[in-house]
Amino acid sequence: MKVGIPSEIFPSELRVAATPKTIKRLQKQGFEVYIQRGAGLKANYSDQEFEEAGAKLVNTAAEIYGNSDIVLKVKEPAAEEINMMREGLVMLSYLWPAQNQELLQKLADKKVNAVAMDAIPRISRAQKMDVLSSMANIAGYRSVIEGSYHFGRFLNGQITAAGKVEPAKVLVIGAGVAGLAAIGAANSLGAIVRAFDTRKEVAEQIQSMGASFLTVEIDEDGATASGYSKEMSKEFIEAEMKLFLEQAKEVDIIITTAQIPGRPAPKLILDYHVAAMKPGSVIVDLAASSGGNCVSTKPGEVYKTPNGVTIVGKLDQLPNQASQLYGNNLCHLLDDMGKAEKFKIDMEDAVVSRAMVTYNGKINWPPAPLQVSPTAGGGAKKVAAPTAEEIKISEEEKAKKTAISTLISLAVVGGLLLLVGAFAPPAFIQHFTVFVLAVFVGWQVISNVSHSLHTPLMAVTNAISGIIIVGGLLQTKNDFSNIMTILASIAILVASINIVGGFVVTHRMLKMFKK
Amino acid sequence: MFIVKEIQTAAYLFASILFILSLSGLSSQESAKRGVLYGIVGMIVAIIATVMGQGVEGHVYIIAAIAVASVIGIMLARKVEMTAMPQLVAILHSFVGLAAVLVGFGSYLDPETQLLTGAAHTIHLVEVFVGIFIGAITFTGSIIAWGKLDGKVPSKPWSFNGLQLMNLTLLIACVVLGVLFCKAEGTSGMLYLGIMTAIASFIGVVLVMAIGGGDMPVVVSMLNSYSGWAASAAGFMLGNDLLIVTGALVGSSGAILSMHMCHAMNRSFFSVIFASGSGAAKGGEKKAIEGEVTALNHEEVAALLKEAKSVVIVPGYGMAVAKAQYPIYDLVQTLRKTGKNVRFAIHPVAGRLPGHMNVLLAEANVPYDIVLEMDEINDDMPDTDVVMVIGANDVVNPSAQDDPNSSIYGMPVIEAWKAEKVIIMKRSMSAGYSGEDNPLFYKPNSEMLYGDAKASVEKILSFLK
Repeated sequence: MKVGIPSEIFPSELRVAATPKTIKRLQKQGFEVYIQRGAGLKANYSDQEFEEAGAKLVNTAAEIYGNSDIVLKVKEPAAEEINMMREGLVMLSYLWPAQNQELLQKLADKKVNAVAMDAIPRISRAQKMDVLSSMANIAGYRSVIEGSYHFGRFLNGQITAAGKVEPAKVLVIGAGVAGLAAIGAANSLGAIVRAFDTRKEVAEQIQSMGASFLTVEIDEDGATASGYSKEMSKEFIEAEMKLFLEQAKEVDIIITTAQIPGRPAPKLILDYHVAAMKPGSVIVDLAASSGGNCVSTKPGEVYKTPNGVTIVGKLDQLPNQASQLYGNNLCHLLDDMGKAEKFKIDMEDAVVSRAMVTYNGKINWPPAPLQVSPTAGGGAKKVAAPTAEEIKISEEEKAKKTAISTLISLAVVGGLLLLVGAFAPPAFIQHFTVFVLAVFVGWQVISNVSHSLHTPLMAVTNAISGIIIVGGLLQTKNDFSNIMTILASIAILVASINIVGGFVVTHRMLKMFKK
Repeated sequence: MFIVKEIQTAAYLFASILFILSLSGLSSQESAKRGVLYGIVGMIVAIIATVMGQGVEGHVYIIAAIAVASVIGIMLARKVEMTAMPQLVAILHSFVGLAAVLVGFGSYLDPETQLLTGAAHTIHLVEVFVGIFIGAITFTGSIIAWGKLDGKVPSKPWSFNGLQLMNLTLLIACVVLGVLFCKAEGTSGMLYLGIMTAIASFIGVVLVMAIGGGDMPVVVSMLNSYSGWAASAAGFMLGNDLLIVTGALVGSSGAILSMHMCHAMNRSFFSVIFASGSGAAKGGEKKAIEGEVTALNHEEVAALLKEAKSVVIVPGYGMAVAKAQYPIYDLVQTLRKTGKNVRFAIHPVAGRLPGHMNVLLAEANVPYDIVLEMDEINDDMPDTDVVMVIGANDVVNPSAQDDPNSSIYGMPVIEAWKAEKVIIMKRSMSAGYSGEDNPLFYKPNSEMLYGDAKASVEKILSFLK
């Protein structure tokens, strides 16, 4: 099967849908790979690298669209590109199906089977092909780097000979993949990071990345079954705005990442928030492409407000890195679809059926809803996990049971001892006492032996149990024809092997243990 | 030149104390060597005190037997490979069992026995009977364990319906024989004693045959315990406190070890010993496994290791089989030289002998302070970049924590899946000893590396250098 990769024609699209590394992987999967000359230049991949990786270079996009079985793209295709496509072509690309009904119609008319990479459902199995996550990760990282650049000060606190530097304070709004990546990056640069999200379930993730979780006093959870947050009540939003105002006065960099698929981004940072910020502080708006979370954001622009706040509405894509991750996502999807040999469009498959937005000339959008939120799917878990109270009760019961069984066994042991005492001769009782005490001593002594010494311990106890030699020693007679002497001699022989072998091998082992 | 009884008793007391110190010495690496020394001194004191005691005859035979045995013992201990330690330990246990049987018969034949009367006589006969019973089970059981560990006997559990019933019947038969034996005049009970020895030997064989390779740590420590009880029983027969004390020490130490091992497998002692299957299936659907298995090649693994800051290696029996500990040591050295934090995580029942992995790693020169127990390292798993699982399976199975219907549910395991990346080195996709499929292999953060552990590690190493 032939896989083709055309150049991206949109001027601001710097990425490419394959890199030398992913091309090697595609060939491993059994595909023949064709790539248009110059496709990787904007992402710093040269034609020569592609050729060395095993791809065949092709001069025009028409050849790619006309001859391939599968085309890998980044940006949704323009009309002129669709015109070049052949019938039955499988195309993997960003498509934004919710906003691009017209585009879907065109693709369907052309009988192109188009997979919208941005419509891959966000379930665990599909994580490795989730381009939204992989790209959001890059955006989150980059937002901190750009924010820090425009901020113009250290992010970490330092005490230097020239004086003390306060650490910068960063507020991240929205703890999705981008938000968490931003928290991680800001935290590792040394800033004090705070994060806000309407979904209570992400508090733990925020804290694990090194930020403190901000919350409002109103108890309302924004989590939904789709994994995105829902719109909150009026009271909640008021409290949220108040919180943002307090934070705006204090923090140096605000990074906003709140987006709702298929709709304009919610406005979270309003005029008075921007006005309250200190001069020199920065807002990085990752939602700029869908309208921005900040009312003052100008998509595609970086500018300074009159009160000295820099608002970043444009981010570098890190095209080299982004192409690599995007290419990997594509490889994973092709892997899932059966690689070259068993390639199949399986409309029963939960992932493929949802992402395949046009199939056999028909539009297949919007798909049936799918449950992905960790709490929504976890009904079974809740049944399995007992509540704290239940655990307490069962523990109390256990304690009672152990107490009772201890009492019973003590009584039994006491009874047996009485029985022994009543019938056994004094010599036996004496030996018996010694025996029982020795068992207890052994128990106490061994209880704190370190795990790593269990084998040497066994070898030593083995050697020591050779003490049975004493039995043999007491039984030998001068007369070798006596059966007792023969038995005893053999006993001495094997017991001595045990003693000597056991001690020597223990010594050998212990010599090996070195710090 | 005999020593008087009192002095002998004092010497025995001294020997007992030395044995206790010897065992307690093994509680830490620092004092372990001293512990062995105490044991040796204790043994020498005990033997000399016995030989010099009143009424001991046949010094020539004694010295000859000990001399021959010492040579054999030293040769055995010098020659044995560390991977074959379980076999050696097992075969040594069988010797104690054999000695106990022989001493028991000897004691029965001893003319002094016939001089006893009444309760004292009966008790003595019971002691002889019980001593031989335990000794015989230890003897044959250890030989089968040795065979299984050495691959001479198939390590698969061998069992049939009604096995328990048969064992119970045999046990009852032994009790009946015991009663007859105690009533027999003079040495005419020899026949009963002989039959009982045969039955006990048979029970020993069946008992261990029914236990599978993965449960061997329990069996070996149990036999260790038995060999102690056998010595103790011999002490009762001979009225010798030193034997009683020492046997009891060894017996309880073996018992603790077995319980430890059972706890680490979340199985009750009885379910292992009476081979009632590896944790009977509790019914109910097992959790479906999600995801797919992905594999890496050696070069990619090497690249992962290069980038990692912290690496944990989880070795299992597969490492011992492949003798991969030497290249693993080289790998660890190479990684540590570049400033990476490399550690080992050992599950209590990894291998075929308690502490087996530690000995193998020590043999390959791995410093013991980077070899950690499961409990010590589990908390660090989320901060670990790469976990390499080498020849282990059940001990890293997440079902033990999240699938109540799995047969190993509740068993403490090494939480490898919490690390950033898990590499599982394995020969194939086959299940572990428990027969449970391992969902770890299907997790998105885990990758397989197929092939022989030793060859694989060497190949990774070649990419790192």
